[in-house]
Amino acid sequence: MIARTLYDKLWESHTVHVEEDGTTLLYVDRHLVHEVTSPQAFEGMRLARRKPWRVSANLAVADHNVPTTDRSGGIADPVSRLQVDTLDRNCEEHGIVEFRMNDARQGIVHVIGPEQGATLPGMTVVCGDSHTSTHGAFACLAFGIGTSEVEHVLSTQCLLAKKMKNMLVRIEGPLARGVTAKDVALAVIGRIGIAGGTGCTIEYAGGTVRSLTLEGRMTLCNMSIEAGARAGLVAVDEATLAYLKGRPFAPRGELWDRAVAHWRTLKSDPEAKFDREVAIDARSVKPQVTWGTSPEMVVTVDERVPDPDREKDAIRREGMERALTYMGLKPNTPMTDIRIDKVFIGSCTNSRIEDLRAAAAIVRGRRLASNIRLAMVVPGSGLVKAQAEHEGLDRIFKDAGFEWREPGCSMCLGMNADRLEPGERCASTSNRNFEGRQGTGGRTHLVSPEMAAAAAIAGHFVDVRRWR
Amino acid sequence: MMESFTALHGLVAPLDRANVDTDQIIPKQFLKSIKRTGFGANLFDAWRYLDEGRPAKSDAGRPLNPDFVLNQPRYQGASILLARKNFGCGSSREHAPWALAEYGFRALIAPSYADIFFNNCCKNGLLPVTLTEAEVDRLFHEVAAFPGFRLVVDLEKQTVATPDGGKVMRFDIDPFRKYCLVNGLDDIGLTLRHADKIRAFEERRRFEQPWLFG
Repeated sequence: MIARTLYDKLWESHTVHVEEDGTTLLYVDRHLVHEVTSPQAFEGMRLARRKPWRVSANLAVADHNVPTTDRSGGIADPVSRLQVDTLDRNCEEHGIVEFRMNDARQGIVHVIGPEQGATLPGMTVVCGDSHTSTHGAFACLAFGIGTSEVEHVLSTQCLLAKKMKNMLVRIEGPLARGVTAKDVALAVIGRIGIAGGTGCTIEYAGGTVRSLTLEGRMTLCNMSIEAGARAGLVAVDEATLAYLKGRPFAPRGELWDRAVAHWRTLKSDPEAKFDREVAIDARSVKPQVTWGTSPEMVVTVDERVPDPDREKDAIRREGMERALTYMGLKPNTPMTDIRIDKVFIGSCTNSRIEDLRAAAAIVRGRRLASNIRLAMVVPGSGLVKAQAEHEGLDRIFKDAGFEWREPGCSMCLGMNADRLEPGERCASTSNRNFEGRQGTGGRTHLVSPEMAAAAAIAGHFVDVRRWR
Repeated sequence: MMESFTALHGLVAPLDRANVDTDQIIPKQFLKSIKRTGFGANLFDAWRYLDEGRPAKSDAGRPLNPDFVLNQPRYQGASILLARKNFGCGSSREHAPWALAEYGFRALIAPSYADIFFNNCCKNGLLPVTLTEAEVDRLFHEVAAFPGFRLVVDLEKQTVATPDGGKVMRFDIDPFRKYCLVNGLDDIGLTLRHADKIRAFEERRRFEQPWLFG
């Protein structure tokens, strides 16, 4: 028998039909739906007089547009409100389970899927959102799709796809105190570039990955798309099973035992061949801070803003110069000299309970620096928020001067009211530092929750390894 | 049915930067629409205009950025966008190809594209042509040197050529994608021809892994 990767196994077990050129009809087990990329798909289905193929495969939630302040009065912005109302109406019409805005289980789609056990090993999970790669932490094939594909999945429970290449990122060694999954993810992107994983599915393996919690693995898989890979994967182990047991959508009793027996096979065979392999020494990973307008424009906190004059490639040099102008930074400035205006702790990358605990541990007993205009914590879901409040984390943040908000995508992309003003500089735990991402003219530096928390207290970036 | 794509003879506009992300192609504030149309006026909004664009507001009379390439008179009416590597990276928003198509582009030429964006283009009759970095580089020089520079993109022959046929470059595309694009086929309809196979697959899966169907 030919040795297979985890990706090979997931792909083959979902193949319904193969065209002559290899284009494959791939079965979809779980379809997550949100308000931004679904209305045109439901409308297309209606126009074609089609119905959802399997209603129970879908789970919906509004996350991008929802306000993170008091929601009892609904959504003030009529354009945002219409989009959320449209999702409610579409789900109601077709009987799709939806966690509505004021449901305690509402949250960011990539937080609630795993939290509910709606994401399970061995599944294919798709969503009209590129950060669907997050779910691969559970050894399922999870990737983002466009709206036409959302309609395709709703109508046929399948997708047309070509198999990607297998890429292995092996990470070995212990992480230093203050170095997190986010730093590993940014270090990988810094190493292979934002198109380094294009055309590939990345499997993350090695002792470091094994030692990460499922929250950390989700952070790692989440950022796969920032390296160009539609999907990231981590094999099943005891931690995966422990995370899922007892979750509302997870199997119970005898079915759980049967499922576990199958899930334990969800790993790459020892002899499996990868098209590309990258090795990362975790001991060499330091806290990361992006300086530019692409996640690959990243350095470690003890470094300086790069100098374009030292870049030989003309296209890259122009890109660096443009990024520095946009970011309002001078070459060779120490990263720790960069002062910030706002802090955002949240997003599908870093808004889980572990992230909030880590940030709170930095903040405890301190106050925001005087130059910080706004620091906000946006939990990934209503359940994360409730857990954090149960642990008293909300008090720690509020006592320090942070705003404690309702769950949603919030200032990761600023589709709701949370955004940067032109020229404002933000330490953000989100995933994209593109021009205007957090608000027109806004300047984003991607960091871990610990680094964001420390920057909020210091008013500028600091090396969290030396905190206290 | 989407518009079928066979051959295109069009004016070329150059966008000379690498890693253009979908947040630049269509900024987030315009994603609040529940329609498939109305995005063309906001294509590259933050680069194209000097003020900040707002959703559900008219764009008439907004100050244009004269330095942005698509605002230059010589590129008005362009239907082919020449771009650098990793075009369309980032978010999965299909609003990006919707905006490009509504603006008037029917084909893109670049050395590489982000995977989700590439897919989304094909679903909308917008042909993403992949040429080598050297070929793309040469085209950037030619577009700059010759005002009114046009190209012929022939999907059936899988070639990009100068109108006089003097220079012909071949490109690859999956046969199935080509078939759908050339015929303007709705691939949901194509997939539903396999409905029996999907049902059989589903039944077997339900039997073998019932926990997936709870």
